[in-house]
Amino acid sequence: MFPALTEDQLAIQEAAREFATAEIEPGAMARDHSAEFPKAIIGQLGEMGFMGMMVPEVYGGSGVDALSYILALEQISYADASVAVTMSVNNSVACAPIAAFGTEAQKQKYLKPLASGAVLGGFMLTEPDAGSDAAALKCRATKVDGGWKLNGAKAWITNGGVGRYFVTMAITHPELGKKGISAFVLDADQPGVIMSKPEEKMGLRSSKTVMVTLEDAFVADDDMLGQPGDGLKVAFGGLDGGRIGIAAQALGIMQRALDESIQYAKTRHSFGKPIGEHQAIQTYLAEMHAKVEASRLLIYKAAMLKDAGKPCTLEAATAKLFSTESAVWVCDRAVQIFGGYGYSREYVVERLYRDVRVTTVYEGTSEIQRMVIARGLTK
Amino acid sequence: MKILVALKQVPDTETKVKVAADGRSLDPTDVKWITSPYDEYALEEAIRLKESAQAEVTVVTLGDDKGKDVLRNALALGADNAILLKGDGQGDAFAVASALAAFAKDKGFDLILAGNKGMGGDNSAVGPMLAELLGWAQANVVVKLELSGATFRAEREIEGGSEAVEGSLPAVITAQKGLNEPRYASLKGIMAAKKKTIEEADATGLPAASAWSALTLPPARPEGRKLEGDAASQAKSLFGLLRDEAKVL
Repeated sequence: MFPALTEDQLAIQEAAREFATAEIEPGAMARDHSAEFPKAIIGQLGEMGFMGMMVPEVYGGSGVDALSYILALEQISYADASVAVTMSVNNSVACAPIAAFGTEAQKQKYLKPLASGAVLGGFMLTEPDAGSDAAALKCRATKVDGGWKLNGAKAWITNGGVGRYFVTMAITHPELGKKGISAFVLDADQPGVIMSKPEEKMGLRSSKTVMVTLEDAFVADDDMLGQPGDGLKVAFGGLDGGRIGIAAQALGIMQRALDESIQYAKTRHSFGKPIGEHQAIQTYLAEMHAKVEASRLLIYKAAMLKDAGKPCTLEAATAKLFSTESAVWVCDRAVQIFGGYGYSREYVVERLYRDVRVTTVYEGTSEIQRMVIARGLTK
Repeated sequence: MKILVALKQVPDTETKVKVAADGRSLDPTDVKWITSPYDEYALEEAIRLKESAQAEVTVVTLGDDKGKDVLRNALALGADNAILLKGDGQGDAFAVASALAAFAKDKGFDLILAGNKGMGGDNSAVGPMLAELLGWAQANVVVKLELSGATFRAEREIEGGSEAVEGSLPAVITAQKGLNEPRYASLKGIMAAKKKTIEEADATGLPAASAWSALTLPPARPEGRKLEGDAASQAKSLFGLLRDEAKVL
């Protein structure tokens, strides 16, 4: 156990573990197979205060620190990473930017229902031709009476179809280039917001990710987050938190892969002894353990810096890069240890192997993290 | 309305039970302690009454300092007050009931809720004894409870059916699985519970009426037997074993 957790942090970790073990884990495999969205579980997580963990209590959140959030996310992810990503998106990229940039009226109208779990939210930045290079986005906001009309396409939108309020970036002033991008809170409950059917993904199958087409989708003047031109500032403001969150998701997945592997290595026999007594398997387990532990320290350190109000861009990117790359490797080794059974959908490591893969891709690819780290080192 | 919920701290059902060196108690090492699940139904019912009828909910447990964990958990779920009665909460049911009765009498409680039994001990004794010691009405193994003014109507499980019991308050009601679906504590509740005070008092009451003389684990399951031969002879010997040895045919 990490030796520096407060009583509150331990209690939140335990609450998350207990709920994840009793309510999330049992149906995880079935939901992976059916790709059914865990609506009831997300509702319960909302009632318990897990959907807006860092949002102040006056806006319906739980008012806890970033490390508590990370601890909870790790536990939920250990049981089902699909649930974890749904929760992470609502916390990190829906609630957080509105809490940071929203007006009092926006917080009352949007943050309260999002943080209390009454409705789900998401984030619409990425487009079919603008991923890592976010500033290349093309979605246009045109001024109309009382607000703006949004037109364009958004891609890989998590919680699309199941969520309602989306922090959305669009070009308001094309002549200003990057500085002409603004952020809005978009209510998806209108005909101009067209959600495609969910993407057929390799993993995280019970979370919903869709393509969105905006056809004259309306946002009122009051729905702009920050000032005109603040779009990328809003979009990148939550990046550190988002990266730490996805690192924690990867941590939960690889801890599970390690625990499953240890259990299997003790009980599966070959050549007259448990496979855990063969040196090849022992070296895998030792390496897996070392990577899990090192990742945990990097992630908790980044979260603790964030809680202390200190810059953590370098630490968050380092934690995200190392944890997600480690997690992909750890899950790969777990499949190897399980042998043929690791390739079977009857065994959880097969799901972990698929679920973990996206963690080096989304919320900033490993390549982007390396770029951020190198910039931080050489600036 | 004032409600008292009596909670018992019990070993987690996943605990690998070991007998202590004295041969008559549980070895407490490596035991994870939880709130007895039947008491969770009792607490949930009390909290629902708090929400629907503005009841004030007090929780009590008999035990040592580690008993504070179940009280803290109850506060996180919505209980208003918590009292740790210092004494032996794991021993004789009569002593526990009498300590609870000594605590509860003259405090103005309208209702005492408890689990119908403590998980593990499974005596189903404390609730009924408590009602008798207080001279209150009681209904046990209850799966549905309705209150109306100063009366209650409880549905309880009986062999092959259910029975409705009506009575007047104050009363002791013991909860059975099915009474409700207990909630999880919210993060806000957990944080708020840490700031609430747990009162402590020494348990008073009558001495134990019984004591554990010996505690033994059930005998280990014998190894399975493998039948030899072709299918017909295996079927024949299986039939013989079921008839003559297991005596089930």
